[in-house]
Amino acid sequence: MAKGVRPRVKVPSSASAGEVITIKTLISHKMESGQRKDSDGNKIPRSIINHFTCTFNGETVIDVKMEPAISTNPYFEFDATVPEAGEFKFVWNDDDGSVYEETKAIEVG
Amino acid sequence: MEFTRRETLVIGAAAATVAALPLPAMAATTDELIAEFTGGADVAEGGVDLNAPEIAENGNTVPIEVGAEGATAIMVLAAGNPVPPVATFNFGPLAGATRAKTRIRLATSQDVIAVAKLADGSFAKATKAVKVTIGGCGG
Amino acid sequence: MKLKALTAAAALLVAPGLALAGPDDDTLVINGETEMVTKTEAPAHMEETGIPEIISGWHFRSDETQALEMDDFDNPGMVFVDIGMEQWETVEGSAEKSCASCHDAPEDSMTGVRAVYPKWNEAAGEVRTLAQQINACREDQMGAEPYGYTSGEMANMEALISVQSRGMPVDVAIDGPAQSTWEAGKELYYTRTGQLELSCANCHENNYGNMIRADHLSQGQINGFPVYRLKNAKLNTVHARFKGCVRDTRAETYSPGSPEFVALELYVASRGNGLSVEAPSVRN
Repeated sequence: MAKGVRPRVKVPSSASAGEVITIKTLISHKMESGQRKDSDGNKIPRSIINHFTCTFNGETVIDVKMEPAISTNPYFEFDATVPEAGEFKFVWNDDDGSVYEETKAIEVG
Repeated sequence: MEFTRRETLVIGAAAATVAALPLPAMAATTDELIAEFTGGADVAEGGVDLNAPEIAENGNTVPIEVGAEGATAIMVLAAGNPVPPVATFNFGPLAGATRAKTRIRLATSQDVIAVAKLADGSFAKATKAVKVTIGGCGG
Repeated sequence: MKLKALTAAAALLVAPGLALAGPDDDTLVINGETEMVTKTEAPAHMEETGIPEIISGWHFRSDETQALEMDDFDNPGMVFVDIGMEQWETVEGSAEKSCASCHDAPEDSMTGVRAVYPKWNEAAGEVRTLAQQINACREDQMGAEPYGYTSGEMANMEALISVQSRGMPVDVAIDGPAQSTWEAGKELYYTRTGQLELSCANCHENNYGNMIRADHLSQGQINGFPVYRLKNAKLNTVHARFKGCVRDTRAETYSPGSPEFVALELYVASRGNGLSVEAPSVRN
């Protein structure tokens, strides 16, 4: 696992049934592009998060294929429909095989 | 080997022509990526929202927003980057709106392109020119 | 200064499409609730400079960059506050203590601390920066290795401590035992360095609001440090910034943590007395 990787997500704690909410996510990650060289002139190998998904109770909200042009500490903001109470699951896939996960429960009232 | 000034100019011009060649090749890559995404279908201009600053203070972190009514997927390309693909957003059944914001890297001033696959299977695209400024100080 | 202003005005007439280089009139409200003082009357000691108003660097940035600081989730610097909190609770060193062992929750114990640093330390008989105080704690109380002065770990810890004072006015003492250090810092501020023969004042006092290449020169305030820069996508410390500035004058620089930079930090901080602590701020 890459060092210092920490996901943050912002989801309202409650919504009304069928409401559209805005979700923000940010994960600390270098997103080494593979284009840079070190001080000795050697290419620094690519090491990025290449995929991000958000699901709600198992159903997809958004699925993002990520390339090295996504900035350091990748940020996403998107909207989700909340049909019922349940749990959002966020998954980030690292080039090195690591998987970073976060979940957030939301109530419907 | 010595060159006269005139010969040097000719060689310089030839070298400049050669140097210019990779540019159309790079453009083709962007076209190829779009063709791959669309399966060769026609792409309409417009119908896609692409918000990006006219002038980015730093190319390392440029905020963008893409959206298209009824899109199932939106691909973002940076035509002037060494590797043009940026991201492809696929919207699932619980997407509250078919839009997303992120922050991207732009190597230089260039066009950012968003291609949307719409629900009826057609494609639409938008292009936005972003100027990337260089900082005043290296520190 | 007048001549420059005329030149700038002329340039604007010729190229009306160019963005203004001066500070804007926006208001910085964080999370829709904390209104920050980003422009205020210059402290009394700056009277001789003729600068009537001190201005946060936030005003010199584009709307997109400004927006990143207006919401704690959009601000990437806040991730490092979270990481700083993990460090705060981590037991290290021969005394088997963490910061929390003595200082409990930073929300309670660290409020107001950042606003008054650098500060005279009576026991040590010297002016200390926040970074020096953090390392003194690590070495003397925890028996732990000091952080590198401008390291990521130090920046995280400074950000965690600083954010507890966010919105409070910077208020460093420049008199009493701190006065000689402050005077030394002031002298450095006006000393030209390097092949370019530039002092801090040449850019940040005489030319703020003008362009330096494609960038807007600010007053060089440090109320927002540590600062998350879009350029390198990490938190940057005050002394790393000083080093970068002095290097850009093509000079051999002082070292981070050196007496010279400590004095300079006190002086520069005092030029921001009255502005809100903004850390972790976001700049380009």
